[in-house]
Amino acid sequence: MKKRKERIDRGIKVRSGDIFALCSLREMLYLSAPRLLPIVAFLVLPLVLSIYWQKVLLFVAVFALLAISWDILAQSGMVSLGQALFFGMGAYSAGVLNHYWGISPFITIPVATIMGGVICTVLLLPLLRLRGIYFAMVTLIIPLMFVRIIEATKIFGGTEGLHGLTPLPSKWLDLYLIVAVLLVALFGFRRMMDSDYGLVLKAINDNDRSVMNAGINIYWFKVQALFISSSIGAFTGAFMTHVYMFVGMPVFALDYSILPIAAAVVGGPGSLAGATLGAFILVPLSEVLRGIGGLRIVFYGLFLVVFIVALPEGIFHYIQRKYNQFERWVEVEK
Amino acid sequence: MSIAPLLQVTNLSKAFGGVLALNRVSFELSEGDLLGVIGPNGSGKTTLVNLITGFVKSGSGEVIYRGRDITNWAPYRIVRLGIARTFQMVRPFYQLPAFKNMIIPLYSSRVKHLVGGKYGDRDAIALDLLEEVGFERDSRVAYKTASVLPQGYLKRLELAKAIALQADLLILDELFSGLSLAEVASIVPIIEKLRHEGKTIIMIEHRLKELFRIADRLIVLNYGMKIAEGSATDVMESDEVKKAYLGTEV
Repeated sequence: MKKRKERIDRGIKVRSGDIFALCSLREMLYLSAPRLLPIVAFLVLPLVLSIYWQKVLLFVAVFALLAISWDILAQSGMVSLGQALFFGMGAYSAGVLNHYWGISPFITIPVATIMGGVICTVLLLPLLRLRGIYFAMVTLIIPLMFVRIIEATKIFGGTEGLHGLTPLPSKWLDLYLIVAVLLVALFGFRRMMDSDYGLVLKAINDNDRSVMNAGINIYWFKVQALFISSSIGAFTGAFMTHVYMFVGMPVFALDYSILPIAAAVVGGPGSLAGATLGAFILVPLSEVLRGIGGLRIVFYGLFLVVFIVALPEGIFHYIQRKYNQFERWVEVEK
Repeated sequence: MSIAPLLQVTNLSKAFGGVLALNRVSFELSEGDLLGVIGPNGSGKTTLVNLITGFVKSGSGEVIYRGRDITNWAPYRIVRLGIARTFQMVRPFYQLPAFKNMIIPLYSSRVKHLVGGKYGDRDAIALDLLEEVGFERDSRVAYKTASVLPQGYLKRLELAKAIALQADLLILDELFSGLSLAEVASIVPIIEKLRHEGKTIIMIEHRLKELFRIADRLIVLNYGMKIAEGSATDVMESDEVKKAYLGTEV
């Protein structure tokens, strides 16, 4: 007798789908737990972790933001391989403002976020008509070009970079600033992508000609998505410039392009929460594997392959399904 | 005093490489008309629609809508003026439920402008529009993802998306193709209702019997050229049309 897996929504999910959820503490907890968990985790972890792991948490938040930035673009039909461009542009904007004019990090970070967003959007404007692999290839090349330009022209410190930049006043501010921005970005942009505006962005990914046929200027919407995404990336770059107190060519490194994609894919693209979860797994994993020396990258690669083969939908979507539905085997009638 | 036509197409041509897909096609369309465009496969019908709606840039000729030259305008600008179309090969948003597909046209600046910025509940408007084209209100079909809908519903969804734009000129590209007789019979009253509301319609069709019943006038294309224009009886009596459809005796 053949069998198939049947998935049924849990009773509590059905009951929580309406205003009646407000009448029961259990249902309210069911709805709020998935939202409260990351908030509590990110707010409490800095207090209980050692200094070393606090730094790791900071990198988790940075890569989670870059992965969110990648995911927003991907959901809008633009698969980018160049988050390093956004990161690097924000980093250099903040570094230059601080080094040459002595502007405080409290000004340079927001200014570099907007400035980086605008510069990246303008730079990528001619690419908006490209789709799929063509868009991806060009975004991969542009940050590498910037590295060579800085090297050849020796601008902004050339290969030496700019040193001695002003740090943020305390390490706690470092940590809680990036964590707060991550949580606001995660919940804010999730809300945006679930709204009708987000629906238009997702529809551009699904069928751009059909969106044009609905009287919508898809290029204007793509520009907006690009600005949002590049601003998030630029923020992380500007922030890290003040954490490192240095900005140089490594800010355009491939790591800032590839790791966010790996995080989004492992965590589950299309939800932003998946991207955050992916960074929360991959960044600490990379640190844990430091202990095995040269074979680190092999094991890291193996983990990635296992995750992707076993859970192609992504870990977040798997957990979400298990949370909302139960599964049972049923016999299939002949 | 003659009334200016709603749509005026003059000497419209388009070549794809060495193939002349459309060759100096001209016609006029008055407000409230239902114009049928017929012709054998590859005669240039869809190219004509693509040129009018801006999805393909024209080689030469012009398209005038309400006195404005809209030749080679971007598709979204043409929609904003009041021309909506359906696609021969349906183009739903496959990942979205049917009623969420309707949100995209309802989000457009044309609808926003027409309703004065106050949409109301877009989901409710979407469900009303789907009911108009035959999505039964009591069934769950409007909530199903477009990827699992049968062809008949996808065609209706395509029509509903065009209706949602509240356009004055609707261009329906082979709306009946791939549908059963019963499905066609259920869509014809919707088109008649649209006409009754004063919409101007261009229908590209292969289902001649159904088209002849509702069209005021027909134009016939063959190898990119207009070979006949007039009532159903007139065009079917034309020797050139007979030759295009039936071929010549060897």
